[in-house]
Amino acid sequence: MRLFTYERAKTPAEAARAVAGQPGAKFLAGGTNLIDLMKLEIETPTHLVDVQDLKLDRIEQTGEGGLKIGALVSNTALASDARVRRDYGVLARAIVAGASGQLRNKATTAGNLLQRTRCPYFYDTNMPCNKRKPGSGCAAIAGYSRQLAVIGASDQCIATHPGDMAVALRVLDATVETVNAAGEPRAIPIADFHRLPGATPHIDTNLAPGELITAVTLPRPLGGRHVYEKVRDRASYAFALVSVAAVIQWDGTGRVAFGGVAHKPWRIEAAEAAMPQGAAAVTTSLFADAKPTHDNAFKVPLATRTLAAVIAEGNAA
Amino acid sequence: MKFDTPAGANPTDRMQVLGKPLDRYEARLKTTGTATYAYEYKDVAPNAAYGYILGAAIAKGRITAIDTTLTEAAPGVIGVVTYRNAGKPGVGKFYVQKMLAAPEVDHYHQPVAVVVAETFEQARAASALIRVDYARTDGRYDLAAQKGSAPVPPQGEFGGPNEKRVGDFEPAFAAAAVKVDETYTVPDQAHAMMEPHATIAKWDGERVTCWTSIQQMNWGTRDLGLILGIPKANVRLISPFIGGGFGGKGTVQMDLALAAISARVVGRPVKIALQRPIMFNTTIHRPKTIQRVMLGAGRDGRLTAIGHESWSGNLPGGRTEPTVASTRTFYAGPNRLTRMRLATLDLAEGNAMRAPGEAPGLMALEIAMDELAEKLGMDPVQLRVVNDTQVDPEDPSKPFSTRPFIQCLREGAEQFGWDRRNAKPGQVREGRWLIGMGMAGAIRAGKIAKSGARARLDGKGIITIEADMTDIGTGSYTVVQQTAAEMMGVAPDSIVVKLGDSTFPETPGSGGQQGAPSVTAGVYAACVKLREAVAQRLGFNSAEVDFSDGRVKSGNRSVPLADAAKGGDLLVEDVMEFDKLKDQFQQQTFGAHFAEVAVDAYTGVVRVRRALAVCAAGRILNAKTARSQVIGGITMGIGAALMEEMAIDQRFGFFVNHDLAGYEVPVHADVPHLDAFFIDEVDPTISPVKAKGVGELGLTGVAPAIANAIYNATGVRVREYPITLDKHLEGLPAIA
Ligand SMILES: Cc1cc2nc3c(=O)[nH]c(=O)nc-3n(C[C@H](O)[C@H](O)[C@H](O)COP(=O)(O)OP(=O)(O)OC[C@H]3O[C@@H](n4cnc5c(N)ncnc54)[C@H](O)[C@@H]3O)c2cc1C
Ligand code: SF4
Repeated sequence: MRLFTYERAKTPAEAARAVAGQPGAKFLAGGTNLIDLMKLEIETPTHLVDVQDLKLDRIEQTGEGGLKIGALVSNTALASDARVRRDYGVLARAIVAGASGQLRNKATTAGNLLQRTRCPYFYDTNMPCNKRKPGSGCAAIAGYSRQLAVIGASDQCIATHPGDMAVALRVLDATVETVNAAGEPRAIPIADFHRLPGATPHIDTNLAPGELITAVTLPRPLGGRHVYEKVRDRASYAFALVSVAAVIQWDGTGRVAFGGVAHKPWRIEAAEAAMPQGAAAVTTSLFADAKPTHDNAFKVPLATRTLAAVIAEGNAA
Repeated sequence: MKFDTPAGANPTDRMQVLGKPLDRYEARLKTTGTATYAYEYKDVAPNAAYGYILGAAIAKGRITAIDTTLTEAAPGVIGVVTYRNAGKPGVGKFYVQKMLAAPEVDHYHQPVAVVVAETFEQARAASALIRVDYARTDGRYDLAAQKGSAPVPPQGEFGGPNEKRVGDFEPAFAAAAVKVDETYTVPDQAHAMMEPHATIAKWDGERVTCWTSIQQMNWGTRDLGLILGIPKANVRLISPFIGGGFGGKGTVQMDLALAAISARVVGRPVKIALQRPIMFNTTIHRPKTIQRVMLGAGRDGRLTAIGHESWSGNLPGGRTEPTVASTRTFYAGPNRLTRMRLATLDLAEGNAMRAPGEAPGLMALEIAMDELAEKLGMDPVQLRVVNDTQVDPEDPSKPFSTRPFIQCLREGAEQFGWDRRNAKPGQVREGRWLIGMGMAGAIRAGKIAKSGARARLDGKGIITIEADMTDIGTGSYTVVQQTAAEMMGVAPDSIVVKLGDSTFPETPGSGGQQGAPSVTAGVYAACVKLREAVAQRLGFNSAEVDFSDGRVKSGNRSVPLADAAKGGDLLVEDVMEFDKLKDQFQQQTFGAHFAEVAVDAYTGVVRVRRALAVCAAGRILNAKTARSQVIGGITMGIGAALMEEMAIDQRFGFFVNHDLAGYEVPVHADVPHLDAFFIDEVDPTISPVKAKGVGELGLTGVAPAIANAIYNATGVRVREYPITLDKHLEGLPAIA
């Protein structure tokens, strides 16, 4: 871990200014991802701006009938909120499918969205990795890639966004609210929040430097049946090989997003028209451009089969 | 004391304390966080500096330059240890790995330097400032690719000859009415124990004392002496609590060697804990094996030909994974061929992990038996019953000391409800789950070795036992306490147990499941001596004296035991030595494992629904700790069956998933209700205490039972562990 300085900001704009004003500065929320990466010198911030005093830890009703989730609401608090459990079950289920109880107590809504990939080569500083060290190459593409992306990747990086919460937020069409150093707010649709790796895999999201997440907003409840199905080798405390977040209406129409397959939650709205025709009809177009590696080719049929399970359970219910 | 004829009746047969499910002797310390582990000692070396290891960035080649200028100038740095100032570290007798790249690099993450600083954080930060240039050379990382050129190595110290024939295997196999000839793969596996390897080393002149985490004191002092180039007598190891080992802390690892070397270089005590991300490529692991099993049988199920050929790889000079050991003794059959080949690989050293040989060997053999049962149309339990033998199948003059294997099978089948299994695979479905049942047999050597103990009786009637035995979470303290209480006829709370100090009488330590049988035999010997000394002090004729209720009785005279120490403590020491019984009997432990799994028909996810083991291991010393060993073994077997694999990058030559996020071991949610039962037996040929080990038996046979259950559920036979969903996904029912 490199030496760094530390401060606690009092207001969102002040926090944003503090980070924007100093190259190498970063926000610190629960620290469950950032501190781990600092110990391994994968992240080497020179200055940390702790956001825990910003009072962004409330969940409020919005005028539109949705919910505004403060950036610092813990994963535990969000997943156990009665309104979330009633109206946005897919979100509560996605969160509790992730990490462990202790981590979820510490992890925040903003931090969760910004967690970095779990590509094993990203974690080993002896290895080439364009995401960790731009231009050094990608060790994973011809290496051990069982966990990694099957779609939307580039020849620079095949990492996935490893999280669960974002997949549910994507299916719910959430919006990420931010503020910049000038105090200007911005609303980023979740679909535009995470990026594909392209030629700049070191940039995970479309946040500007120093831009602070203040909240995540959910639109009005969608009704329907909410499912989050996470497939993994062990039953808990593991990242998804494939996950499915779905909201299925009683007439068989619905929405679906996949986790564990791409650098962002994978959803193509146009493909959802085929939901009533079954899983394969949806995934054929969703994964039409899939380019899996030898190690992770199984994820494509697995995605279809997982969605089929989700749909079948709905029909049985 | 010499043990050379089978034991007759003795005080351990009373079973008033022995066998009882006593709580752990050190339970309170462990549950209150007050058991001190190696890295946590503060007072023993208040000025200890922190060492941090920099592992090699390449797998094979050499260091061409090291620049430590920036590191040495970094805050808090006391010194940097590399091959240039470390002296010439030797190599121990059991592990062949070199503790430092010097300057050749033998495997990835081999230690290149130790940075010693005032704080851990300073050492870690400064380690990132070392500049190392390497010349990389090609290495061998792929066992499958090296298989063709792997020789049958000369016999090593463990595991018997590498090739053995009985009868005439080839023609018998060719002529067999029913045959199985399949190849199975068990991947590299990590011990992944909770406590990392850790040491505080402190020199006093020519002598070094190390607070460490090690399973075998006698090997540890020997090997550290060899590595440091000092007499074994100048090494003291202290290791009262160990947070798991599974064989990965058998003897000296890098933490211990490098803490001692660094402390010598910087002239201050040094503490080192191996960082988790370098443990996987730095320390030993269970090496991958490719195993071909050939079984030939008559239509009656009797094996006529048993062949087992196995390949493993290791660093030059490393040992062969002795997978065929169990095949040599498990089933009857006149024509047998077992052969092991060893390739050279440039990965971290392969060496002992819980039930080396038997665990991976049975992962192959016991699937093959399942495949044979199916071909024969015979129940897998019955197939094992008809092939039982009461004598060593390679040497019929040697009977098994005890072999209630059929009893394990029958009781297990009964308790488990095996008769409800549908022999036809892929038939049972509950909603989205495909349900299957599987079983496997288990055999693991019941070893025992020379073991000493010291016993002291004081005027309050407290008996203190000392031995250099370790407790790696298994319950050693407790079974020592129980043995001594039983022998001396006192309540368990009159016994004080001190373990884990190499100045105590020598035992074989924790390894090869011989710890509990050996140390309790040593305690037996010491207690026999103490009884004699007590009787003598009190003026009894020792032949007729009864020790019970804290009193010494003979005829109508009854004296409190404590009275014997009124005139001063009584101190005795003895060693139990074992002789020819080992050669006269096949001493083994047995088990039968049963498992029920559910496989998601959609995703292929496998979950174990229940598992049960029936084990035979001689006298069970403590019903609770023995059960814990077995259910812990089943848990580890679930990992081996379903998820554990050190993934190799064939280009860079290393285990990629080198932390506990990437190397998955079972969590609570993977482990259902587990049952463990024991056959009520004693083995009088093993020791006066008549007990064999259970710790490794509990793991042996679990993974193949699960593998067979998965096959029964799905009808897809996977022969490559771990059985992850991708390996059978294609064979699952088509989706609508
Ligand atoms: C062992 C382990 C297992 C895990 N398993 C899972 C899992 O199965 N599924 C899953 O989804 N997640 C999992 N996680 C990840 C976990 O969810 C994240 O670590 C956590 O959500 C991060 O939140 P945090 O508040 O601790 O973020 P931090 O570590 O504090 O920050 C993460 C990043 O977000 C930035 N940041 C924080 N707050 C803001 C803000 N308001 N505005 C802008 N930037 C900000 C920080 O600068 C940093 O770059 C696991 C983590 C661990 C350690
Ligand atoms: S996939 Fe991305 S994160 Fe992984 S090694 Fe390649 S560039 Fe790095």
